[in-house]
Amino acid sequence: MLWNTILLSLREIKRNVMRSFLTILGIVIGVGAVITMVTIGGGATAQVKDQIASMGSNVLMVSPGKRLGPGQSSGNVPFKQADAEAIAKYISSVRAVAPVSSQSINAIFGNQNWSTQVTGSDNQYFTVTNRSIGAGRPFSESELRAGAAVCIVGETVRKKLFGGQEALGGKIRLQKLSCEIIGILDGKGQNTMGMDQDDIVVIPLTAYQRRIAGNQDVALIQISIQQGASTEKAQRDIGQLMRERRHLSPSDDDNFNVMDMKEIAKMLTGTTQLLTALLSAVAAVSLLVGGIGIMNIMLVSVTERTREIGVRLAIGALEREVLMQFLVEAVVLSSFGGLIGIVLALAGSLWLAGFLRVPFIFNAGIVIVAFLFSAAVGVIFGYFPALKAARLDPIEALRYE
Amino acid sequence: MKPRDAQETNSESGRHLIQFRGVTKVYGEGQAAMEALRGIDLQIDEGEFLAIMGPSGSGKSTCMNILGCLDTPTTGTFTFRGIEVGLLTRRQRALLRRHYQGFVFQGYNLLNRTSALENVELPLIYRRASAHERRQRSLQALETVGLKGWESHTPGELSGGQQQRVAIARAIVTEPAVLLADEPTGNLDTTRSREIMDLLGKLNRDQGITVIMITHEPDMAAYAKRIVHFLDGLVASDEQNGRAK
Repeated sequence: MLWNTILLSLREIKRNVMRSFLTILGIVIGVGAVITMVTIGGGATAQVKDQIASMGSNVLMVSPGKRLGPGQSSGNVPFKQADAEAIAKYISSVRAVAPVSSQSINAIFGNQNWSTQVTGSDNQYFTVTNRSIGAGRPFSESELRAGAAVCIVGETVRKKLFGGQEALGGKIRLQKLSCEIIGILDGKGQNTMGMDQDDIVVIPLTAYQRRIAGNQDVALIQISIQQGASTEKAQRDIGQLMRERRHLSPSDDDNFNVMDMKEIAKMLTGTTQLLTALLSAVAAVSLLVGGIGIMNIMLVSVTERTREIGVRLAIGALEREVLMQFLVEAVVLSSFGGLIGIVLALAGSLWLAGFLRVPFIFNAGIVIVAFLFSAAVGVIFGYFPALKAARLDPIEALRYE
Repeated sequence: MKPRDAQETNSESGRHLIQFRGVTKVYGEGQAAMEALRGIDLQIDEGEFLAIMGPSGSGKSTCMNILGCLDTPTTGTFTFRGIEVGLLTRRQRALLRRHYQGFVFQGYNLLNRTSALENVELPLIYRRASAHERRQRSLQALETVGLKGWESHTPGELSGGQQQRVAIARAIVTEPAVLLADEPTGNLDTTRSREIMDLLGKLNRDQGITVIMITHEPDMAAYAKRIVHFLDGLVASDEQNGRAK
């Protein structure tokens, strides 16, 4: 029986291919939009999590100023290298401490030049940021102490300045400093904010302070905590140590900030997830609109096919069968719409994922939910027109012009 | 009514395929009430070929609706195969139509953009016939009405006469007890009309199908073996047609 009804409705859809397609367009767009949003959003969230994990989940950042964000810094006492050394010395759970200062500088090699981020730090920096040197070597003790004119460059800088040429041993000029490339970092790709992490030149902190910044300041201290140690405790201990070193009285607020990467991670994924939810909600509204479109066309169809319904009733169709026919027709239509939407959404998110450089993560759950939802839209919005068709008086219907 | 009469009624309705007893039909209420039928008594037996004639408003269409179990009498009884139709639910009447009646309309009422074969299959779908049986019987019915080879044509590709033949095939594919035709030649020219009437006559003669037809054309009524005239909601005349073609 149900099979017969589906057969009838398929014939009906076949009779009106163009109109059927226009009818389901709303559902196609709705389902497509929801799945695309959720898939891309899921990919973005996964990417954020991934990148934070690759940065090292147990990383703390100590920066001067009351809190991270707009309006920080001005008038705040900067850190010195000794602060980083003190942390390494007194906080037992610390694995690595890297004092970091950086600024954007034009790097020049031959007739090539490239604006990049020049960072002054030491070998700990590579541990803390979870990076490895692919070719060449790290800084030596004496180079760090003396502030030698040597540097380790990221993949992007190498490519931009040297192209196919050998970069190791080459000399690039950073402002007045001409330094020799002793190492090349392994590629890491973009970070959460879409910044290229390979667009970097690392030089010894002493060299940075003396030859570029012209002061003894450290802008940021990046710390990596030992595996299994409590980040919260380290955070508290570092806070206490810094208060002592900066001579703050108990009534003073901190004039520095110790940030946990987990907090940053939570904040970032939270934002992505909220955005995904919002966009999906908007897309879901278009599904609802698609449903209303189906109801609209089904109502028109019932009116248009009044005589046909009359004939069906006259040759012995039961009210229930006519109801079922129109209901099944609506459900088959909207399910078709759902299927087309799913296919388009998967193709679309695959393309968009490549375009936005977000991983494509197939989410079977949302595909199933979207399909069931589209079928449900057919039932809900098809019922009223179907009931209208079933309740027609065959005599009136046969006379209808 | 005395018991003896009641028994007589029963046995009498058992003998006839169709029986009208004092059937009236009133549309509307009070001042606006319109009496379409004012007391019809009529018996129709199996194998008859009956033409119902009458001017517009004579009640012949109302009579057809009651015959087709689409409507029920206001008073009086209408029995079909001994069953009093007025007592049935809408659903039961639909089942009666499905199993015992075939309909042919003036306007053909075929499904557009649907092949002749699929149109003819339609009543069999409601009777839950298997796909194979549907196809066999529909091909057979189309052959009976002389449309062998036209199975895959849609109504738009068929002439009026051919469309009406498809409609007749659709009506007889279920082998109904009665074929009800409402002005079957109303939209056709004389030649096509004659062909349709010949076909109905043949179905009645060769397959023993009871045919009841409404028409206002005496030429077409002349094909029937019995002609009933309606006038102002009453049967004005009821006579055998000895010269039926």
